[in-house]
Amino acid sequence: MSITRRTFIKNGVAAFTVTLAVPRFVSDLAHAQGAASRNLIILDLSGGNDGLSMLVPYNDPFYYSRRPTLGIPASTVLQVGSDSSGRALGLHPKLAGLQGIFNEGRLAFIQRVGYANSSRSHFFGTDIWSTANPANSSGSGWVGRYLSTLAPPLNPLVAWNTTGDTPHMLQSPSVAVASIPSVSGYAFASPTGGAEGPLERAAATSIASHIPVDKPQVAFVSTTVQSALATLDTVAAVGQVTPSVTYPNNGFGQALRAVAGAMVKGTGTKVFWVQTGGFDTHASQDTIADNGAYVKLMVTLNDGLTALYTDLKNQGLLSNTLLLSFSEFGRRITENGSRGTDHGAASVMFAMGGGVRGGLYGTAANLSPDPQNPTLENAAGDVTFETDFRSAYAKVLDNWLGADSVAVLGGDFRKTGIDFV
Amino acid sequence: MADSTQLMAHLLRRAGFGVGPDEVAAFGGLSYAQAVDRLLNYEAIPDTVDANIGQPGYLGTTSNGAFSPNSVETDAQQRWLFRMVHSPRPLEEKMTLFWHNYFATGFDKIAGVVTAPNATRLMAAKASEDPVGQRGQIEMLRANALGSLRDLLTQITIDPAMLIWLDGDTNTKAQPQENFGRELMELFSRGVGYYTESDVYAAARVFTGVNLTGDLRTPNAAFSWIYRANQHDTTAKTFSFPIYADGGKTIPARPASAGTQDAIDLINALAMHPETARRVASKLYTFFVSETSAPDPSAIDYLATVYLQNGSAIRPVLQAMFMSPQFQDPAVWFTRYAWPVEYVVRSLKEVGWVGYSAASALSPLVNMGQQLLEPPNVAGWVLGQSWFSTGAMLNRMNWASNLAANQQFRIATAAAGAKSSPTALVDFLTSRLTTDLDPAVRADLINYASAGGPWTGSDAQLRAKGAGIVHLILGSAGYQFV
Repeated sequence: MSITRRTFIKNGVAAFTVTLAVPRFVSDLAHAQGAASRNLIILDLSGGNDGLSMLVPYNDPFYYSRRPTLGIPASTVLQVGSDSSGRALGLHPKLAGLQGIFNEGRLAFIQRVGYANSSRSHFFGTDIWSTANPANSSGSGWVGRYLSTLAPPLNPLVAWNTTGDTPHMLQSPSVAVASIPSVSGYAFASPTGGAEGPLERAAATSIASHIPVDKPQVAFVSTTVQSALATLDTVAAVGQVTPSVTYPNNGFGQALRAVAGAMVKGTGTKVFWVQTGGFDTHASQDTIADNGAYVKLMVTLNDGLTALYTDLKNQGLLSNTLLLSFSEFGRRITENGSRGTDHGAASVMFAMGGGVRGGLYGTAANLSPDPQNPTLENAAGDVTFETDFRSAYAKVLDNWLGADSVAVLGGDFRKTGIDFV
Repeated sequence: MADSTQLMAHLLRRAGFGVGPDEVAAFGGLSYAQAVDRLLNYEAIPDTVDANIGQPGYLGTTSNGAFSPNSVETDAQQRWLFRMVHSPRPLEEKMTLFWHNYFATGFDKIAGVVTAPNATRLMAAKASEDPVGQRGQIEMLRANALGSLRDLLTQITIDPAMLIWLDGDTNTKAQPQENFGRELMELFSRGVGYYTESDVYAAARVFTGVNLTGDLRTPNAAFSWIYRANQHDTTAKTFSFPIYADGGKTIPARPASAGTQDAIDLINALAMHPETARRVASKLYTFFVSETSAPDPSAIDYLATVYLQNGSAIRPVLQAMFMSPQFQDPAVWFTRYAWPVEYVVRSLKEVGWVGYSAASALSPLVNMGQQLLEPPNVAGWVLGQSWFSTGAMLNRMNWASNLAANQQFRIATAAAGAKSSPTALVDFLTSRLTTDLDPAVRADLINYASAGGPWTGSDAQLRAKGAGIVHLILGSAGYQFV
């Protein structure tokens, strides 16, 4: 694609200057050269994921004393070694597939990601993670701003959202996002069919071509209709793809199936959005029993991601794929009276894909309830952040997408020590 | 149409769900002020609409077994759609929908706790039809649709569905539950930025002991809030904002026997805070007047003043709003993005419903992004442009196709007098489907009606082209606005 070369040269000059002081960015730049054919899958674990139940600090006595019913027994966690501070960590027992990917070196966990004065509001928190701007979270999304840096003309499927509503993170000043909650439902119907169908579709296309300048809201919807009609045939082709594995028959699994299908068909999509919810576990969180609420969340996550990973690996598409997870906040360390956990602060992100340098990044919190404990905040109630979430975004923008993180994020959040990609 | 007719249609799209034959009959002879009065003071009009469910001539319903809107979620959804299409009290339904979004409570979590039939009861049961007189949350909202926010906050605090949804049922002295206290301030009253984290902790303690009683998974169990005095935190609670008229910010320590007064004090304070007044005024303005331009600050101030002068009552606020120049200004007509439910109900009113089942709209509504009783989270649906992803818009277009196919014979019959030419057919149908029609769109419709063979005006052609034109109008950008 033409943009790559231009972007490369422009960034190359800037990066070369930096090279003298920070050689690491040279290798980053080289790494980013393959960006044109790469894609990014954003995974939203909505509701506020309890990172301490996903990546368990099973040697921390306070983990068990503060979570008498939610603490996952050390004997059952799936060990993934220790982080750089020597803290032993294990995955939730239902994440066996992810443990396998971790062992292949293609899964990275970034611990204690967040920001100062973390919002405990779902909506405000999601807006902050979406805009990458804790000071003003009402603007466009950071991924949307990345899309706006791509040189036109853009493929109408450049951004593929698998949910019904365009996520804030993908909202762009200039780029339309295709929202495809169901590949099979993404079609043009006709009341009487036959010869009328194509005539109606032609008429609908013509109607949508009128963009009234004095009615911006009508213009917006017309543009949406145009995008929808322009992508119908490609999406239908994606629906014909037979995957190399069986995806779970749930919303998350089928969304991932569509993502892989789009890659197989070469739709040119740069950003995919998938979501799995239910993480707002205020009550009866149950991290242990087979039908426990959090256990089911982990099963859904593990089975879906394992299917995607295996499918992409089978089809030779893994090297072009990076999946990055986020959640609007972590959860309170001490369990509440409802055997659940309330809204907390920093939590864990993970990245999966062929270009990922697997491992454990950052350090686990010490869960001692001592109010002076520097790894905790809110009177030692919540985990405090060690890595600014925008540093994780910067790594993806610079090293994977070949973009300029400083421009997209509106500041320099580049950080060493989290070289997960 | 004369301007006064267009203004009336605007009023009925915003304060109701559009103009069908019933609205023409009921409002046709009224002045604008009389129409506003009829909409607002609907208690004078008997609420007998549910008796028409299943009767010929009305929107149909389809059930798996007997129609059970008090215990089967999809039947409850159908009943509500039926009411929106047929109620002679449209503003009542419109405000019930508004409050459903404002106090957004989701069926799924409740069903997980109390089973799906009980969850349907807690969300939607009519007390008069429930075996033990259980009243669902939507019925509570309907009963208070134009009442005061203070009453609504009080009722929602002790609403069984809300006690489950935001975990008030587990709020105890030893382990206060913050979920309800936070959303009470963030979403139901003051708004983000107008409370602190310590306010959240204090609010959680205010409601300690306000729990739920009822045999959760027993069919037809009676559910109610209960005050467990021994689970109430009796110590003082201090907020960052005034609780009392003298400016006092501390709810005093009280004996456990008087603990519910804590909640009353907090709710009374929140309902009458200027921040809450402005937030409610802004929400109503965005819903009824305009969401595409920033509200005129003086209009919000005025509505907030009306709200406070009337003890947080909503009816006077709406009266002031509907009579305001901002509401009546033709510049705001057809500028608010229609919610999926509004789009579906208005389409049914304008195209026709006889022979159509509300059940046929349920899955499409999910795919358009709005499932009644199942808002995505406690903040409700994301409004405005967010309704219009490509997938959601395709689902609107495809539902329009489904309705047009279903109604094709009735459309052709109604259009029999306009069969002389493609232009006559287009003009007849566009006069019936009220929209802000762009001349270029009209030309496209005439081109479509003329395409594919010579015009004969045969019944078959009227059916195919009539349904096609209805599909195209309902699926056009211009029709997505109320």
